[in-house]
Amino acid sequence: MTVALPVSTEPAAVPEVRRRRGLWRRLPTRAKVGALLLGAFIVAAIVGPMVSPYDPGFQNPSFGLSLHPPDAAHLLGTTQSGQDVLAQLLTGIRLTLELALGVGVIASVLSIVVGVAAGFLGGWWDEFLSLATNVFLVIPALPLLIILLGYLPQKGQLATIVVLSGLGWPWGARLIRAQTLAIRGRDFVAASRETGERTWRILAFEIVPNEVSLIAANFVNTVLYAIGASVALAFIGLADLSSWSLGTMLYWAQSQQALQLGAWWWFVPPGLAVALIGTALVLLNSGIDELGNPRLRNAGEASQTAWRKLRPTDPTPVLQAAPPPRSRLAGLLHAFSRSSLLDEQDRAGNRAGRSLGRTPGGDLS
Amino acid sequence: MPFIARRVVFYLVAAWVALTINFFIPRAMPGNAVQAVMSKFPNLTPSAYRALEAMLGVGHPGSIWHQYWAYLVDISHFNFGVDVSQYPASVSSLLVQTIPWTITLVGTATLIAFFVGTALGIMAGWRRGGWLDRVLPGLMFFQAMPYFFLALILLELFAVRTHVFPLGQGYTGGLIPGWHWDFISSAIYHSLLPAFTIVIASVAGWMLQMRNLMLTTIGEDYVLAAQAKGLPNRRVIWTYATRNALLPQLQGFGLALGFVISGAIVMEIVFSYPGIGLLLLNAVTSNDFPLMQAIFLVITFAVLLANFVVDLIIVAADPRARAREVTR
Repeated sequence: MTVALPVSTEPAAVPEVRRRRGLWRRLPTRAKVGALLLGAFIVAAIVGPMVSPYDPGFQNPSFGLSLHPPDAAHLLGTTQSGQDVLAQLLTGIRLTLELALGVGVIASVLSIVVGVAAGFLGGWWDEFLSLATNVFLVIPALPLLIILLGYLPQKGQLATIVVLSGLGWPWGARLIRAQTLAIRGRDFVAASRETGERTWRILAFEIVPNEVSLIAANFVNTVLYAIGASVALAFIGLADLSSWSLGTMLYWAQSQQALQLGAWWWFVPPGLAVALIGTALVLLNSGIDELGNPRLRNAGEASQTAWRKLRPTDPTPVLQAAPPPRSRLAGLLHAFSRSSLLDEQDRAGNRAGRSLGRTPGGDLS
Repeated sequence: MPFIARRVVFYLVAAWVALTINFFIPRAMPGNAVQAVMSKFPNLTPSAYRALEAMLGVGHPGSIWHQYWAYLVDISHFNFGVDVSQYPASVSSLLVQTIPWTITLVGTATLIAFFVGTALGIMAGWRRGGWLDRVLPGLMFFQAMPYFFLALILLELFAVRTHVFPLGQGYTGGLIPGWHWDFISSAIYHSLLPAFTIVIASVAGWMLQMRNLMLTTIGEDYVLAAQAKGLPNRRVIWTYATRNALLPQLQGFGLALGFVISGAIVMEIVFSYPGIGLLLLNAVTSNDFPLMQAIFLVITFAVLLANFVVDLIIVAADPRARAREVTR
């Protein structure tokens, strides 16, 4: 029978090279796949429209090119009016990503303002802002977006960004408020208050920098929401239908009966692009989550001790050295992960004596 | 204040906010959007025109507070005004025709997805690293997919290529809706593929959330203690781990419901299903604002009501919610 020796707490001296290489390898496969996939789409959005072989709106008058299946000249086939699907797809990826990033930035700023104000100012401000946050969280966003966009005289990219941002802040505001409550009581905030810092300086230089991880993770979720919502809105015709986004492509495919005509190459590429961008974001988020929270990891990784795979039937391992401490990058990534947010959120929630839900994930579509 | 009373007050506030937003949107929109809408319906009868004017707030029928009060009174009588594109039908009569379809389809499918997802999540969480855990990333792909796109794919596979399921509609044309077997069987047959779409698209979300909650709960000391006492596995899973992981899962259900219902309604369009989604599409394409606004209110109230039911279940299941009388 083997006896487990006490594990040394000293950080093991791991060669630098091995640690570097180890990190990418230890990054959960999900996070790797997500990062690569997202990168590919960003490259396509930047380079795509430049190398695109056709103009997305160009209607080829030749009769044979209506609803032409994919071939060498048109890699993804043509639409009913002879437009090149690949050209539309490349423009669409760019427009959709632009819109999603725009909404992500604006909605994040709104979340920060509302969340920090509610958490830091407290009192009636908190009562009011929290109530507003929770009300807008429970009112379903999509039907409200539909009325708002429906009444707008022109439904261009900018109008859509404004309206989507205007309804995309409550989740972030709620999480940020909870974390602000937790940070507000820490010593360094009290210290800077004692030294006579002004409130806005405390907010800008003490509170917000400590919430960067939360803000970043929330940004990813907001981008996911923006993609889902904008595509759904465009699909029912609430967008600038003369522009080519992934949503308007799907709108035209649906309204011109691509499915019934058997033109799968018309609606599969844009839908697949939306699904893959979404998958990349979800994978990235949950993979990073796993990296940070060992409880969420699967058995293969969780039962590794000192880089040796263990089976439940093995004798208790004798450890020579502690596994290397979490590297700086891994620590940073953990700070960005959703699980670390939930820890903070729970702590803050308990402090405030309120029940807080968990993120439902951005599965709005 | 007891937990439930506080929630009721909250839902009343939320409902009031939704009503008020709905009232002010047409009045606050820039430009002459309202006039533009009115000009699209030149053939309205005078009474319908007046009803539309009152709803959109043009023609100044009294002060704004007077209008607001009249609006609230109308809504409380389920009077959503006259429909402009399908005049002289009233908006509420159109809603009454379509709501049962949506509630039956979306309600049943969402509940099935929630129960199946939660059950799979319990299994995946308990047998961490098992095969269920391995297929999870694949399921995330379905989760990230818009519901309506999944619907298009399923239709392509099961209705266009192989004729296993019908290509949309709620029932076979020619049948008269009613409580007879021909109609019911046809309606069920037509709803299978839409329901399947909702289940596939949303099951991964519930599953992932429940799995993570299970893993967090299983790491708690009381679960370890229960195992150390030698309790049978089944008892540890159900009464120790699952029961505690279920409460946040339920809360998540309430919060995510709005997303799920919105997605499902857009999906109905693909199937030409005779529910609220198709009504919404018609309203959008014909600029039928009274109908759009009524649909917004109906969906909002349904979500609020469902959240209230979730709260009731939480109170029944969680002694802490009952005890949380005066925490603030």
